[in-house]
Amino acid sequence: MARTGLGRQAALLVLADGRLPAGGYAHSGGLEPAVAARRVTDMAELEAFLVGRAETAGVIAAAFAAAACARALRDDLSQMPELEAELDARIPSPELRKVSRDLGRQLRRAMSSIHPHPHFADLGPAPHQPIVMGVAAAALGLDAQDAALAILHENNSGAAAAAAKLMPVDPFDVHAILARMAERLDRLAGRAAALAGGPPADLPSPGAPLADIAAEHHRRRDVRLFAS
Amino acid sequence: MYDSLHHRAPAGPVGAMSARAVLASELNGKGRISRIRTLRSDGPLVLRKSNPKGPEPLTRRRHDVARVALAAGTAGPLGGDDYALDVNVGAGSTLVLQEVSAMLILPGQGGAQSKMAINITVEQGATFVWWAEPVIAAHRCNHLHDVRIALAPDARMILREEILLGRHGEAPGDFSSRLRITRGGLALYDQQIAFGPSSDGWDGAAVLGGHRATGSVIAVDPDWVDAPPAAAPFDQNAALTPLAGPGAAIGAVAPDSLELRRLLMRGVTELGPSWAT
Repeated sequence: MARTGLGRQAALLVLADGRLPAGGYAHSGGLEPAVAARRVTDMAELEAFLVGRAETAGVIAAAFAAAACARALRDDLSQMPELEAELDARIPSPELRKVSRDLGRQLRRAMSSIHPHPHFADLGPAPHQPIVMGVAAAALGLDAQDAALAILHENNSGAAAAAAKLMPVDPFDVHAILARMAERLDRLAGRAAALAGGPPADLPSPGAPLADIAAEHHRRRDVRLFAS
Repeated sequence: MYDSLHHRAPAGPVGAMSARAVLASELNGKGRISRIRTLRSDGPLVLRKSNPKGPEPLTRRRHDVARVALAAGTAGPLGGDDYALDVNVGAGSTLVLQEVSAMLILPGQGGAQSKMAINITVEQGATFVWWAEPVIAAHRCNHLHDVRIALAPDARMILREEILLGRHGEAPGDFSSRLRITRGGLALYDQQIAFGPSSDGWDGAAVLGGHRATGSVIAVDPDWVDAPPAAAPFDQNAALTPLAGPGAAIGAVAPDSLELRRLLMRGVTELGPSWAT
């Protein structure tokens, strides 16, 4: 059952906090390869990068987190393998599929310890991060929209935080971008929640060609700060 | 010049065209030769048989394939138009679908949306080669492109899709395209691309990064179940990526259509001998 009131809001903050020890700090969400390729050189390009990312990979992650959460709240995990396969089909880059599964495994390990629930063990050996996020949100008594918002915020703020290490930026300017994007993330989370109960095949699949291409280049780079 | 049209009352699009073309191939029982079973053109969607004159590229250089060219009978699609193309590649047959020219998507009256729905089934043991020409999203267009391909588990397929963001020097209209490929009923590849004034973020460095052309080649080969091609980021703006099943996607962005074609065709050479042109 979804909780209500303040307890629920605090649980969402725990789940979406970048300090949750689930490995997110090691990733730049594709910003490092974009900076290395000189596609992101200033604050305007950083904002366009983050908006583009939220509208593509973010929309997909939010939709799958919401769909997984809706099913976990019903204690029905029967469609999880289909959700995993549908998500694989939406990520052409094998490197990005691996990153998603690495982050999923780490999130599951963290949440299994922080807030145990039998559903965590029922996911396959290497579940995708959005699937685990959806199940974790349900375990905390959160709903599908919360799960979508948590992964949108975690992925967005993680990439933004990486900017400070990759570019000569004023951290206030970076957070100004996050503040400007707040309404967008709420809207995207709402849309993801509206689709959560539908068939997995109908979930959105907005692609990001440069993110896939850059991820494959990044994996082969000798010197890098972030894993992705 | 379209401004005056946009201020008109949004009554149903005048003169909007609805078209449904059907194409099917089958295997000739005796000679094991592929032939056309159904070839039904409709208005703007003109299907023409074009018999191979020699060994056909991308089909292991076969001579006995069924080959069809799709031509445009009218300009468009224009806003309000609703096009559909259904393709069935019958068991064991090989169908090569080519296109005569690029498809220019234009605005219609009142900003109505145009639609193109392409549904393709590739049956057991069949091979489908779809070597499309670019789709050009002209200024102020409003278009929804939807391609669904259902493959039998042992079907082979290769397709090329190229999308240009406007004609030379113009900003694109609203365009959204989805390509979804299933194999044995399970999702193998599902990607949408959307751009234009009603979309956000597509011009940023995560998506198209200011490029004016994007496209992909998708190849599916049951021989890859055990040994898919290795990932190969062969250009700063292009990469070959193995999918989670026996398929590979070559994705590219480019400043123009010539460079996009060059990148995609270079990617095809990375696919190995079974898809040699």
